[in-house]
Amino acid sequence: MHGAALYLAQTFALIRKEMLSLLKDPSSRALLVAPALMQALLFGYGATYELTHAPYAVLDQSNSAASRDILARVESTGVFRQIAALGNSTQIAGSIDSGDALLVLVFPPDFASRLAAGEDAPMQVILDGRNSATAGAAAAQVGSIVGAYNQSLGASSPVRIVRRAWFNPNYESRWNLMPAMIASLSMLQTLMLAALSVAREREQGTFDQLLVTPLTPSQILIGKALPSILVGLLQSTIIFLVILYWFRIPMAGSVWLLYFGLLVFTTASVGIGLSISAVSLSMQQAMLYTFMLVMPLMLLSGLLTPVRNMPDVLEAATWANPLRFGIDIVRRVYLEGASFADVAPNFIPLVVVTAVTLPLAAWLFRNRLS
Amino acid sequence: MTDPVVAAEGLSKVFRDDNLGYVTAIDALTLNVRPGELTALVGPDGAGKTTLMRMFAGLMKPDGGSLSVLGIDVVRDPQQVQDRISYMPQRFGLYEDLSVMENLDLYADLHGVPHEERRERYARMLEMTDMARFTARPAGKLSGGMKQKLGLACTLVRSPELLLLDEPSVGVDPLSRRDLWKIVQQLVEDEGLSVVLSTSYSDEAERCARVHVMHGGRVLESGQPGAIRERARGLTFTAATPDGTPARNVQARLIDASALIIDAVPQGGNVRYIRRPDADEREIEALIPGIARERRVEELEDAFMMLLREHEEAASGAAPSMKTTENGIRHDDGKPVIQVRDLVRKFGDFTAVASTSFAVERGEIFGLLGPNGAGKTTTFRMLCGLLPATSGHLEVAGRDLRTARARARARIGYVSQKFALYGNLSVRENLQFFGGAYGLGQRALRERIAAMVAQFNLDPSAISGLLPAGYRQRLAMATGLLHQPEILFLDEPTSGIDPLARRAFWRTITALAQDGVTIVITTHFMEEAEYCDRIAIQDAGEMLAIGTPREIRELAGQAGARDMNSAFIAIVEDSRDRRGTRVAA
Repeated sequence: MHGAALYLAQTFALIRKEMLSLLKDPSSRALLVAPALMQALLFGYGATYELTHAPYAVLDQSNSAASRDILARVESTGVFRQIAALGNSTQIAGSIDSGDALLVLVFPPDFASRLAAGEDAPMQVILDGRNSATAGAAAAQVGSIVGAYNQSLGASSPVRIVRRAWFNPNYESRWNLMPAMIASLSMLQTLMLAALSVAREREQGTFDQLLVTPLTPSQILIGKALPSILVGLLQSTIIFLVILYWFRIPMAGSVWLLYFGLLVFTTASVGIGLSISAVSLSMQQAMLYTFMLVMPLMLLSGLLTPVRNMPDVLEAATWANPLRFGIDIVRRVYLEGASFADVAPNFIPLVVVTAVTLPLAAWLFRNRLS
Repeated sequence: MTDPVVAAEGLSKVFRDDNLGYVTAIDALTLNVRPGELTALVGPDGAGKTTLMRMFAGLMKPDGGSLSVLGIDVVRDPQQVQDRISYMPQRFGLYEDLSVMENLDLYADLHGVPHEERRERYARMLEMTDMARFTARPAGKLSGGMKQKLGLACTLVRSPELLLLDEPSVGVDPLSRRDLWKIVQQLVEDEGLSVVLSTSYSDEAERCARVHVMHGGRVLESGQPGAIRERARGLTFTAATPDGTPARNVQARLIDASALIIDAVPQGGNVRYIRRPDADEREIEALIPGIARERRVEELEDAFMMLLREHEEAASGAAPSMKTTENGIRHDDGKPVIQVRDLVRKFGDFTAVASTSFAVERGEIFGLLGPNGAGKTTTFRMLCGLLPATSGHLEVAGRDLRTARARARARIGYVSQKFALYGNLSVRENLQFFGGAYGLGQRALRERIAAMVAQFNLDPSAISGLLPAGYRQRLAMATGLLHQPEILFLDEPTSGIDPLARRAFWRTITALAQDGVTIVITTHFMEEAEYCDRIAIQDAGEMLAIGTPREIRELAGQAGARDMNSAFIAIVEDSRDRRGTRVAA
């Protein structure tokens, strides 16, 4: 065997060994499928901003037909659930503080008489701002109910806003969150797997045995990276299937483009993982570094909060975060049906991260001093 | 006779292992330890010494039998025993970031030693361990031997009634080992302390008042060293090897004849052997014709080997011998197979290896020796391409290690100190992987795996992590030899395996050398240097001596005439003295 054939045969031996080690260990075998499936379901059901059963309290000092009409409309949306009728204003603070009520609706004593007189009739909505996203949604919902009530009184305003939310017509936060999970959940696992792969061998002393073979750093790199990338794509696939067939979020774009994006993104993640692994002397150390990194990666990714809302410094930092671009590609391809040209700029930072981390890891394999 | 400090009767301990099932560590063991004496539990690794020590210290409950220490039932009242004894485990729990003094303080606090007693006690400990100069140094920065001495000092911050030392000299170089012994013996003589220590070295057992020989969780024999030694009387001989013949060739012939010979090892250029009591002298003569055989005084080691061999043969019949075939690549071009010139390795300011030059000839067994931290591991790692050199020329198997690392590596095999193969893969899968990594083709790989499995008597489908220690080492050897390397690097391959397995291991090595494989080996068993063609002794990064075992012994002069261990100590001490004067001047 010579040249390229030998190179490939040697690399294949390493890939085969990595896959065997992975599949032979019952605990790591279980890690391949179960966590991705579980987390996908958990996030799908658990992590939503949707208002469902939002508890509210009422202080109806007006006790009029008008206030009861509005309350009936609130109740009929099915989104709100009245938990208390308050007797006086001193009880308001208590019900919000305790977290029993997300909002309190207050009708002043002169509410009905002002309405009848054709004057402005303010009603007060007190919200629990500690949960700002849900409170905002609740305020908007109450606003639109009151708007509808105003219209029914004939007090229509000349300008009306008609809302159409593209890509997510019902504003379901699950639609926003879940496709992003295809990238972020699988990244967690890939990062961990790659971070442990070399560190485990260093800890168990097998890495020296590997380094005395004629395998070159590039072969070790490929042999270590490929299995991790494959596992990453497997994880993404599991989550993708759950989203598509269980939660039935319609896929607008091309599956091929989605997977191409995931491949580039996962390779960048593996690059980071292997770099962590190559500097770590033990699995514990690798684990620690990974945990330290995962939080900022998630926060600075645009997963939960838009990147453009961040201060300039942090926004600049997100350029080094593959997750930001991975999520962007997945969201846009999945929800918008974006074409390659649309998402192409995302690939540049991903390729840059890969081009830095993979050679760094390969260099560190041999030059990390023990 | 006074009451024994330790009395064990019918003691047993069984461990449950998920993979191996029930393992009997201690098997209906009965022994008594007399007060005011130095008592040794001697036996190979895995004999059950540590388990027994831990039971003495009340850290482990026996499954059966009775055990009393200082007249107290340990099983019922371990705390009361622990208040009166001191126990030093194999790896003593020093706090590496604390200084020597802070470690002493910490242990004094833990044991509630009154402050007024401390000063006098510390002074004595520091003087005995010769560490007064280092009190401010962090424990993590001490050498292995110094750490062990500090461990002993911390164990002795209070005066115990019984001192338990679990293999205090394991992993400690001969110099520190000697210091440790001086301390222990002083304690027994001056304070009448009762000490029980475990060891796998027979020369250490020889210095004890009483010895219990352990193997397989049982006591094979108890008694004074002299009485145990009696066993070997009249059976011990030395075969004088003629100049020019490596002693190990004669040794190989002797040890292969297991019907006549109980044991044979090279020493001082000759071969020491023990014959079977019923062996015919004429047959031995026929085995090594023309070689002078001389009766020699029996030693404790001889008796141990006899006891072990008896026990082993009773248990399993003869041990399978490992013969080698076709591992060597014979193309002798007359050039050295390893050439090292002005090799330097620095870690920051610290020079681990200072300008070192040597060459290794093809088919040689070359030993790298040195105390802990002497630079031998660094040199070794540079030779097998695991560590880049800071400067200098390094040529291995005809390839420059700085420019053609991968190609040089293809021609060497490596067996590391601890088991370094993939534990969850089977024997075959491990061999397949490494064969593939060395670029063996499908057919060659199949043939080589078959050859290795046959040679080392391995079960290809066994999960390698679950193999017993001896077999794991065979697998490591099989892996190292799979690609028929020109040079085999062995890093402390014999630490942690029992003497019989060590004999078998060296038999494999000498056979490999005969086949033309060059062997580079590090070891801390000085007597193993006798198997080498040439050895190099390093200390503080410098090459102190290089030559055949005979040359090294001659270099050491009077002090080193007896054996390799004393030669080694003499050479290292001599250089340290000279360096000391140089620094002072």
